[in-house]
Amino acid sequence: MPMLEVQDLHVAFPQGRKSEVEALRGVDLTLEKGERLGVVGESGAGKSMLAFAILNLIAEPGRVSRGRIMFHGQNLLDLSERDIRAVRGNRISMIFQDPMVTLNPVLSIGTQMMETLRAHRRISGAEARRLCIAKLREVAIPSPESRLDAYPHELSGGLRQRVVIAIALLTDPELIIADEPTTALDVTIQAEIMALILKLCRENDVALILITHDLGVVAEATERLMIMYAGKCVETGATGAIINAPHHPYSAGLLRALPQNAARGTRLYQIPGSMPPITALPAGCAYHPRCARATALCKAEIPPLQNGAACFHPLTAPEEVP
Amino acid sequence: MTTGPIVETKGLEVRFPLPTHFLSRQKPVLHALNGVDIAISPGETFCVVGESGCGKTTLGRAIMGLLEPSAGEILFRGQRIDGMDETTRKPIRRDMQMVFQNPYASLNPRRNVFETLAEPVRHLMPEKSPAELRRQVEEVLAATGCDPSWQRRLPHEFSGGQRQRIAIARALVTNPAFIVADEPISALDVSIQAQILNLLTDLQGERGLTYLFITHDLSVVEHFGTRVAVMYLGAVMELAPAETIFDTPKHPYTRLLLDAIPKLRGGSFDKPRTPGELPDPVNPPPGCPFAPRCPMAEDLCRRDRPRLRELPDGTHAACHFAE
Amino acid sequence: MISLKGFLRRFFSDPVAIGAGLVLLVLVLMAVLAPFLAPQNPYDLMQLDIMDSEMPPSWKPGGDPRFWLGTDAQGRGVFSTIMYGTGISLVIGIGAVIVQAVLGVTLGLIAGYKGGWLDSFLMRLADIQLSLSTLMMAIIALALFQAAFDANIYADYAIIMLIMVIGIAEWPKFARTVRSSVLGERKKEYVDAARVIGLPPRKIMWGHILPNTLTPVLVISTIQVAEAIMIEASLSFLGLGMPVDRPSLGSLIRSGFEFIFSGSWWITLYPAIVLVALILALNLLGDWLRDVLNPKLRRGED
Repeated sequence: MPMLEVQDLHVAFPQGRKSEVEALRGVDLTLEKGERLGVVGESGAGKSMLAFAILNLIAEPGRVSRGRIMFHGQNLLDLSERDIRAVRGNRISMIFQDPMVTLNPVLSIGTQMMETLRAHRRISGAEARRLCIAKLREVAIPSPESRLDAYPHELSGGLRQRVVIAIALLTDPELIIADEPTTALDVTIQAEIMALILKLCRENDVALILITHDLGVVAEATERLMIMYAGKCVETGATGAIINAPHHPYSAGLLRALPQNAARGTRLYQIPGSMPPITALPAGCAYHPRCARATALCKAEIPPLQNGAACFHPLTAPEEVP
Repeated sequence: MTTGPIVETKGLEVRFPLPTHFLSRQKPVLHALNGVDIAISPGETFCVVGESGCGKTTLGRAIMGLLEPSAGEILFRGQRIDGMDETTRKPIRRDMQMVFQNPYASLNPRRNVFETLAEPVRHLMPEKSPAELRRQVEEVLAATGCDPSWQRRLPHEFSGGQRQRIAIARALVTNPAFIVADEPISALDVSIQAQILNLLTDLQGERGLTYLFITHDLSVVEHFGTRVAVMYLGAVMELAPAETIFDTPKHPYTRLLLDAIPKLRGGSFDKPRTPGELPDPVNPPPGCPFAPRCPMAEDLCRRDRPRLRELPDGTHAACHFAE
Repeated sequence: MISLKGFLRRFFSDPVAIGAGLVLLVLVLMAVLAPFLAPQNPYDLMQLDIMDSEMPPSWKPGGDPRFWLGTDAQGRGVFSTIMYGTGISLVIGIGAVIVQAVLGVTLGLIAGYKGGWLDSFLMRLADIQLSLSTLMMAIIALALFQAAFDANIYADYAIIMLIMVIGIAEWPKFARTVRSSVLGERKKEYVDAARVIGLPPRKIMWGHILPNTLTPVLVISTIQVAEAIMIEASLSFLGLGMPVDRPSLGSLIRSGFEFIFSGSWWITLYPAIVLVALILALNLLGDWLRDVLNPKLRRGED
């Protein structure tokens, strides 16, 4: 039994009085212990929604309208708010893009860390303090004893994100969901933070769902990859395999559009148009208006996910033009 | 027209006084630019890269006159433009325009597209008749891939990519020769980034534009740039043609940056790295600003600040040990 | 931003907004149409008859069908005086807010855009003014004015004086609101884009920044009208506002107050009900506007 299994997950938001729009339109994923999965997509593709749905944090008036989220064989959607809190922030932790979302600006770092810890563990104050210092040391924060009394604004962006990682690791979770954890950081700091996340995941056998728009980050950090488009997974498989030989025309287009994959001074490959908003999805495959391989079938029916790609006309060779 | 550089800075410095308590004796000053000399040739894409806080945005804003330099000169076609009075500067403004990072903030939400595009023409080319103005707006919309029907619509009706096209159209409407593009694609989605980069490339080909392209994304620079200046803590660390800088980076900071870019193939975050962050820009170290992070730093580096010097292969680097 | 259509849809789906809007509409129509609708003109001494004074409402014993809500001590129909009085209260309220807005928006815009010592100076000035109670300043100004001129001149200029006094006393509220949104807007790139083409600060302030700060101005305007009407009513109640022969709602309440204990409660009660309804409607609408126009509270709209 996989550690996490998401089946046919739908998230819907009301639109007007009667109708609803779906931000997620049937997403499946499985994750084993210690596995690292990358979720890639453009803004509005539903990748953050997926993270929020797994943690049962979809904001009102949105709701999970269908599907199951099995964590160790138990459906998280069936849990009461009290029971889910024993999982969220404890067995499953989160890291967000903006550390200031996680950190409370008016509380010292030590207070926040100990609060998190003592919400989930029955331990003494001194024991909690010792554990917090140990975690801060683990994320390579210099002089952790004195940092405990610092406030978030006194730290640089990189250090803040390290503190967030330390908080995420405090309760020894089995799964970390990281939503664009390095997008706000400089490349050199990004490299350090990603190296740290990977090291800690490996050492503690923690699974990772890494949500990002940066294919380079995913390529270096994850084993498996899921590419999302307009609320659906369009391609999934081993990270290296997709990057070297994508099957879905969208994945192929995204990869080809990267400047790294183009000869100097030439025009870049570009996917025409932009992703439709969830309120105005076309019939059939949501990608068909932008796709060069689309046929009448694509306009009429939604392609099922087969052999890793949700496409009626998948690419078979890497050099094939999408 | 002269064949010299189109835009040049000489010893450009920008200092920001930091807010203090009104009784405090200390007057801390942030050195955002610390003596920058660059010369941009007509028709090239001059890229400025660096991490946040390195002064790349300040450089672009100083050149556009959005900030007053504290010292040094800025020249446009050999003519000094910093501190110039507005009447003399007005004709030059037609030739210098800017594209901003955030297309959600760079368009006035209460003005429709036509008004946004008409304003530069009305202000800088008052001789144009209303008919000419309308033609000019339509022309530039067509050139930037905008639909003419957009003119009466407000910015919130458009996607990020469409807005950035409108912002580019606004920069082009007075037919400038030189454009500062400050992170023009970093707020956009991957598939849209390629569209905007291609648009900038096409426009450069059609109109012979010169770009000062400010970005933190080195892979874009490698593809798009003619020459690259790598900045660190308000100073240029390395200045070289784009191919050279990616094939044979001379400055250890450039190498650090290149190493840090996540690669699609063969990269790994597990490589050992020199840790560290930007030193405090209010009290910069006396010697080389990069010395505290530099793996090859010696006493000399901590004492003497290296100047930007020309190396045998034509690259410029500010490092005592670059060769 | 919210479109006009979305705005109307929100309005018509909120019972509180509809209720407040209706009350306000009725009161405004009543005031505007008073010369045509009012059963008598309370300013026209020819129509008044001292024999009609202190009549109870028409459904009470001793009531007269000509005076639906009874009459006051001078024989003026309470209903007619309320209709005219509401108009005077509204004119003073709206007029004072226009003065506040012109002063406050201009000074707030300059303070926010120019910054530096000018900003500090204007904002300290605002602080000082806010630390003095509006009512106190108004009382001093009006008492001096009343002492300096005779009653006829005072009666002629009372409206203008009240508008100016309340307007000048309350400008800091607009100035602070505008300044804080200017500080937010000034950093946005569209302002830089306007500076790049060399637009003078005057045009950037009025043409670019001001239109983007008007939303909060609209919200506080509504609430400030209610506030100004309240201040005017308080001043009139203290005898410093509108004279008795051109009564506002406040002076009506005052003029009836002395008769409450002689049993003529209607002279005070009905204007008081109208005043409360007017202020409540304005405040409810102001709160509703704030909720609708504040993008932070709005989700998935437009």
